[in-house]
Amino acid sequence: MTRGAASLLPRTIVEAAAILRRREASSRELARLALERVAADPYNAWLARADERALAQADAADRRLAAGGAPLLCGVPWACKDIIGTAGVETTAASRMLEGYLPPYSATVVLRLEAQGAVMLGKTNLDEFAMGSSSENSAFGPVTNPWDPTRVPGGSSGGSAVAVAAGEAVFSLGTDTGGSIRQPAALCGIAGFKPTYGRVSRYGVVAFASSLDQVGPFTATVEDAAIVCEALFGADPRDATTMPLPAEDLRRELGAGVQGMRLGVPREYFVEGMEPGVARAVRAALAVYERLGAELVDVSLPSTDRGLAVYYVLQPAEASANLARYDGVRFGLRVEGPDLVETYRRTRGAGFGPEVKRRIILGTYALSAGYYDAYYGQAQKVRTLIKGEFDAVFQKVDALLTPTSPGVAFPLGAKANDPLAMYLNDIYTLPVNIAGLPGISIPCGLSEGLPVGLQVIASSYREATLFRVAAAYERATEHHRLRPPAATAVAGARWAGHDPGRRRAPGGGGMTLAAAAPVVGGS
Amino acid sequence: MSAIDRSAVEHVASLARIGLTEDEIVRFTGQLSVVLGAVDKLAEVDTSAVHPTASVLPLTNVMREDLVLPGLTHAEALANAPSTDGEFFRVQATLEER
Repeated sequence: MTRGAASLLPRTIVEAAAILRRREASSRELARLALERVAADPYNAWLARADERALAQADAADRRLAAGGAPLLCGVPWACKDIIGTAGVETTAASRMLEGYLPPYSATVVLRLEAQGAVMLGKTNLDEFAMGSSSENSAFGPVTNPWDPTRVPGGSSGGSAVAVAAGEAVFSLGTDTGGSIRQPAALCGIAGFKPTYGRVSRYGVVAFASSLDQVGPFTATVEDAAIVCEALFGADPRDATTMPLPAEDLRRELGAGVQGMRLGVPREYFVEGMEPGVARAVRAALAVYERLGAELVDVSLPSTDRGLAVYYVLQPAEASANLARYDGVRFGLRVEGPDLVETYRRTRGAGFGPEVKRRIILGTYALSAGYYDAYYGQAQKVRTLIKGEFDAVFQKVDALLTPTSPGVAFPLGAKANDPLAMYLNDIYTLPVNIAGLPGISIPCGLSEGLPVGLQVIASSYREATLFRVAAAYERATEHHRLRPPAATAVAGARWAGHDPGRRRAPGGGGMTLAAAAPVVGGS
Repeated sequence: MSAIDRSAVEHVASLARIGLTEDEIVRFTGQLSVVLGAVDKLAEVDTSAVHPTASVLPLTNVMREDLVLPGLTHAEALANAPSTDGEFFRVQATLEER
């Protein structure tokens, strides 16, 4: 490379693409740098590395870049949540059940990024089968937060969030069933986006709750999120739940600003239970939007407090059906018993962790004779009400602004024995999945030295508007430039340990502005 | 709706074919009762005039051409199986020989 030997990865896709086109670094050099950082990762963010595969992809990208006309993602290193199937690269969903599983085919989202020439570095850690909000439920150990390694990074896509926040990958993919992209993005201080249900193929993604699951990106900026989505979006003949919509320029409104827009603030999202520091940061963000010329509109989504109940019926019910496939016959763990039923029981008893078992039991209960109408049927009806309330509000406003999570990153173990307390982390994100809407979390400052996320929600298929609203805030503020201190350390150096004095330095003095750091080809 | 008790947890675990330890049965009974307590809020909502939503997608009966496309080979399909026999997945007998 032409700049600094102990360099950092470019922070954004846009920056990486410019570096590659100016020949300041080759894709192979970016991949090697990223793989070094992955190898030195101190947060347990990775479950599998794909070094040889990545370097081969990088060489192919370099040839394509040399030929000219390569797409923006060509040669850019990315991280894949380990619930997304990758041909020949171990895919475990962070479960003992799938330890050693080598998928015979890749998920559509992986093929689409490969078609762009993006370079996959490896697979990232998560809550087992994406069930959790802290990434502590992994069978392979918890992920820690680069802002404070004694705290969780959020979940379930914790490893993918950390990979981007810590500068180990330029972007990553996660999945979001009730907040599993947006909440860890908030807790790690980056952008995380869940597309409208039906925008992105779920083919080849380990199924969790099929009517709620959606794949989406973690990125450093809103523009990068739009770039990744342009590659991911579109109908897939292998997934009948993808919408047949024409390809779309999702960046067309990025610079349009919010002057004259009507932005709804749902009053039910600003009630008890939110940490004061989170409320302060989000209120300050609302004031920024007003200053930018948007009109804030007080709106009501009265069924918001039913969201958790709807979600904790539908999601475990769908999960209990989807996870019936893990029977020790065609793939995965088998623990043999005296007969086939006992083999199933032993296999599933040994292969699933406690949270997965809890949800399968809850879901099976909600679907069982005598309870189906009261739980599952009723939850589907209240789902109709929740969706209807969002639809009505979007007749009056262009987008909604809310907190992403009621609190900042919490200490490891703090909620491990209280499932309901853990579930409440997603109280602001799961209604968006219930209604199938697009939602993004972007950084809006710090509380007690830890990142806070602002959620922007738009109407179905209005991603371009959502990105416009989020980008306007990003342009007006510096919060998205804040990085955890460790992310700006020399490549290969290991995090030296928790230093509360530094983390809690007043005015964010302990934080490092990426703009001031020796970023390769920094613009 | 009532709180889930030990026998309900055992019954549902048996329906779901999950072997639980004694400790898990005790722990899950308490934890699931708390979660179901929160879920019971749903019963308060009047939904007599509401249709259920199974999916938010405005799609029904998605059709495609019935084409023969390449699929997995036997070797690929069997590669992750814990036990195989020739071209087959191997499982324990479910019927007794007479």
